[in-house]
Amino acid sequence: MGRAPFPGLVRAYGRSMRDHPRLPTSPGFWRSPLRGTWFTSVLGLVLLVGITVLFVTGLVSYAAYNPNLSRVNDTTPDKGILGFYLFSWPTGPVWLYRFTQGLHVTLGITLIPVLLAKLWSVVPKLFTLPPARSVAHALERISLLLLVGGGLFEFTTGVLNVQLDYVFPGSFYPLHFYGAWVFFSAFVAHAVLKMPTAMRAVRERRLREEVRSQEEVRPRDDDDLVAPDPDPPTVSRRGALWLVGGGSLLLFLTTVGQSLGGPFRRTALLAPHGGADPAGGPNGFQINKTAAYAGIDATETSAEAWRLVVTGRTGTVRLSRAELLQLPLHSSSLPIACVEGWSTADQWWRGVRLRDLAALVGYDGDPPDVFVESLQRHGAFRRAALRANQVADPRSLLALYVNGEELSPDHGHPARVIVPAAPGVLNTKWVARLTFGDL
Amino acid sequence: MRRLPVGSPLQILLLCCSFALAAYAGVRLLADDWFGVALWIVGAALLHDLVLLPLYSVADRAVVHGLEAGGRRAWVMYVRVPTVLSGLLLLVWFPLILDLVDQRYRLATGQSADVYLARWLLITAVLFGGSALLLVVRVRRATKRRSPAVH
Repeated sequence: MGRAPFPGLVRAYGRSMRDHPRLPTSPGFWRSPLRGTWFTSVLGLVLLVGITVLFVTGLVSYAAYNPNLSRVNDTTPDKGILGFYLFSWPTGPVWLYRFTQGLHVTLGITLIPVLLAKLWSVVPKLFTLPPARSVAHALERISLLLLVGGGLFEFTTGVLNVQLDYVFPGSFYPLHFYGAWVFFSAFVAHAVLKMPTAMRAVRERRLREEVRSQEEVRPRDDDDLVAPDPDPPTVSRRGALWLVGGGSLLLFLTTVGQSLGGPFRRTALLAPHGGADPAGGPNGFQINKTAAYAGIDATETSAEAWRLVVTGRTGTVRLSRAELLQLPLHSSSLPIACVEGWSTADQWWRGVRLRDLAALVGYDGDPPDVFVESLQRHGAFRRAALRANQVADPRSLLALYVNGEELSPDHGHPARVIVPAAPGVLNTKWVARLTFGDL
Repeated sequence: MRRLPVGSPLQILLLCCSFALAAYAGVRLLADDWFGVALWIVGAALLHDLVLLPLYSVADRAVVHGLEAGGRRAWVMYVRVPTVLSGLLLLVWFPLILDLVDQRYRLATGQSADVYLARWLLITAVLFGGSALLLVVRVRRATKRRSPAVH
């Protein structure tokens, strides 16, 4: 150790080792003068609001899939009472899913520095001895494992999923959905138990005063988060809060553009669907899964081979693309919004209304649900169900054109579904079959 | 041995409600690969509390002590801020930055993930460069303010 290339550092390290307790179970081990109930409470209250919004928008996203309509829409069919709140997903406003899911993902990423700072601020408590002062305290510490483990699990699976890094143990949807309930049950208990302390701490000194003032808050004598023997400060609490906020702001600014689209997309420097669009021109907007990824063979989508099979009350109709073009064509401006949080601005789609196709097979004026099947051979959403309200909406199309040009293979040529406010994966590409009828 | 006191009955009741709901969801969460999921949840907590946090704390302490030894304690934040910001970006976006998903990303989105490492390095360069510039400006201003007294 004495021969280390940084004598100053070793000297300082050696000194601190001599003067201070070696074990994290001793309060004196923790040296930062920043820790204290006020600092933890401010971060905790930010997370209380933020994580509640994440939980609600997450539940909303599950509802947006219309999981109760059909098994193919439901990735967590064993949900039981956890689906108590489900409702029929509306078709307006058209940016609804774009907004709720963009909020969910962008806010989640923005909260990461706050979460890390909060965990840092309370880490001495992890090592507190005795491990339990009472039965109630023992239960609380077990609950904290679910809180911290569950919270980190939710943030990690979310962050990995939006980057298509599917290393987690299972399918993303059930892990993130059930994991959210485990985490949130511990989160609510923690919030209720800690709320009185947090409110007392922030009432003592308002955030605004603290951020403006140069002098530090003097911690209360009974504050067990405060280091008993702190190092001299290298940054004020105000400076530390600015750093956490700055980290959040940087993550926000380099991410949010992928949900705003247009010129803002270029500002999302590190987000998976930020930066430039894949190509220029009418079909140049963001792609969820390319034709190559979905295993679409060009021979199946050619004018000679491809037929749309429409089934309903009066039997089955088979239509070539040319025949589809003979039907009344309509336009609608609708975005693509992905569960991964990114979305596109409105694209100008042109095609046949879903309700007109329903009318072809005996549902004239009373469009039912529809079961949509793609040419795609594998993948969770190669089949999808749409509810009657989605079929009936005049803006819901089997699109053949986008932005004045034929759909490209990557955007679903020869035909794709586009429904207002629906999650991206329900806008089935490379459609092969539509089966109308109550599901 | 002393018996463990019970503590607040209200708190016990609340926590039992919380455990009941967590168990209801947990059974479903663990249904497919219970070991893998449990490993991820416990592992996430342990990895954060016993690896990530000690690592960055030790690194921070090393920087503080290193600068202190050179009599530059006031410079800590000029190192800490760009390091924290750049490190956060890497922590969140490492699969893209380190090209861990290159093939799937390219095939799925039709775009290349090659750009992310360069972008992260550029942002990091701007953060450290900006911090250094700010430090130089402040040091020079402080020197100027002191100089009349020296003359």
